[in-house]
Amino acid sequence: MSDTKISIQNLHKSFGTKKVLDGIDLDIQKGESLVVIGGSGTGKSVLIKCIQGLLTPDEGSIKIDDVETVDAKESLKKDIYAKMGMLFQGGALFDSLCVWENVAFSLLENQKLSRWQAKMDAVRVLRQVGLAPDVADLSPSELSGGMQKRVGLARAIITKPEIIFFDEPTTGLDPIMADVINDLIVESAKGLGATTLTITHDMASARKIADRIAMLYQGKIIWQGTVKEMDKTDNPYVTQFVSGSAQGPIKVEV
Amino acid sequence: MQQKYIENFLSTLGKPLVKFIISLGELTLFVFKAVYHALVPPFYVKNFIKQALDIGFYSLPVVGLTTIFAGMVIAMQSYSGFGGVGAESMVADVVLISVTRELAPVLSALMVAGRIGAAMAAEIGTMKVTEQLDALSTLSTNPFNYLFAPRLWAGLVTLPFLVLFGDVIGIFGGYIVGVYKLGFNPANYINATLEYLQALDITTGVVKAAVFGFIIALMGCYNGYKSKGGAQGVGEATTNAVVSASILILIFNYLITEIFFAK
Repeated sequence: MSDTKISIQNLHKSFGTKKVLDGIDLDIQKGESLVVIGGSGTGKSVLIKCIQGLLTPDEGSIKIDDVETVDAKESLKKDIYAKMGMLFQGGALFDSLCVWENVAFSLLENQKLSRWQAKMDAVRVLRQVGLAPDVADLSPSELSGGMQKRVGLARAIITKPEIIFFDEPTTGLDPIMADVINDLIVESAKGLGATTLTITHDMASARKIADRIAMLYQGKIIWQGTVKEMDKTDNPYVTQFVSGSAQGPIKVEV
Repeated sequence: MQQKYIENFLSTLGKPLVKFIISLGELTLFVFKAVYHALVPPFYVKNFIKQALDIGFYSLPVVGLTTIFAGMVIAMQSYSGFGGVGAESMVADVVLISVTRELAPVLSALMVAGRIGAAMAAEIGTMKVTEQLDALSTLSTNPFNYLFAPRLWAGLVTLPFLVLFGDVIGIFGGYIVGVYKLGFNPANYINATLEYLQALDITTGVVKAAVFGFIIALMGCYNGYKSKGGAQGVGEATTNAVVSASILILIFNYLITEIFFAK
């Protein structure tokens, strides 16, 4: 067993004539927190969806724990994806279920725990992410954006996944709430010893979460390194993105 | 110059055709996948019960109102059309046949398509655009098993019961008009109805209902699943679900009638 948790090679994905991923090569080490930065519409979400098997890549290989997942058998896929958790950008909480049923979804549907046991677990994890037990019986639509993110996080970590994906975890939150969520992400990922992949364009969040940063531009990983290296790099794309300047090699298509 | 016109003309014809064929292919794939997942476990019985209640039980008032007036109007029309000697048994027979064979299944299905097909497409469409469908997959739950199979089963199973209920109410509507408006003898009217009652009439209505129920759920799920692009996309999906279900119901109504009654 190598120390590589996720290994992506030469990943391609197009929609119609639009090339979204154009040969991605990326390795994520066990227990590492990798943050992929990049502008809107550069294919960050598509990358995550390919790794999770929600989209099938046109070409290339994705190995998780040295097992090829592209074109794998359904039964094998199920085992692989059971190791993963995901925090969605908008929370993606099921609005037909109440908060604790959302959090305990996997326990109820896959592990067939009793409702009482599942609720106990859900309340425990809700407390971990800073939510009081009385939130458990509310419906997701009664929660604020920050609380929904916390519930989404609780749902992602309750099964103790080995890999957690965060899709723009701080988007739509005020800076203080964003920082609280960042802390929670770091804390829960370290607590589980999980490998995490975060996509974001929020640099403050990236600095806080990342062990390593990779930049996605025009369907390719054009730069990777630590936060320190990012501050020193003379790569014009990275410096422009980090400083958030309209001037530079990255042209925004209007 | 002329060639260019012809090319333009052909491409305006061809583009929608290609689009149509693509969407037909997508629908076919969806149907196969949905049926497959409806037949293999895991089954989500709780979701099925919830859907069955929604489609079946809560549609009872709508179906009742629709069929009672349908039965009443048929009694009225057939009397004014065939009036005279033997009108009593004639009206009973016409009401019986038209309600059980056509009106109860078709009208109920169209009403349920408006009520349930739209709601399904809106719910699943919203789940799609808010990434809830993706969230289901990441929680090791296949949306086809969790969402679509229970809806397809519920449509298939509950519509026949709704239509049986509609049969009774529709015939009762005919009875009301016959007895209280046209002055028929109640006992004679009931006797005439029972005399003409044939198993085949009821069976075809029930078979139709099952097919229609499947179509309604299928169109609701498919259009919801295909929707994209936020509120507008969900709105479109809802409209498409109702329109396509209604058209398919009418087409299949003819096809099934032909299978049973063409000689």
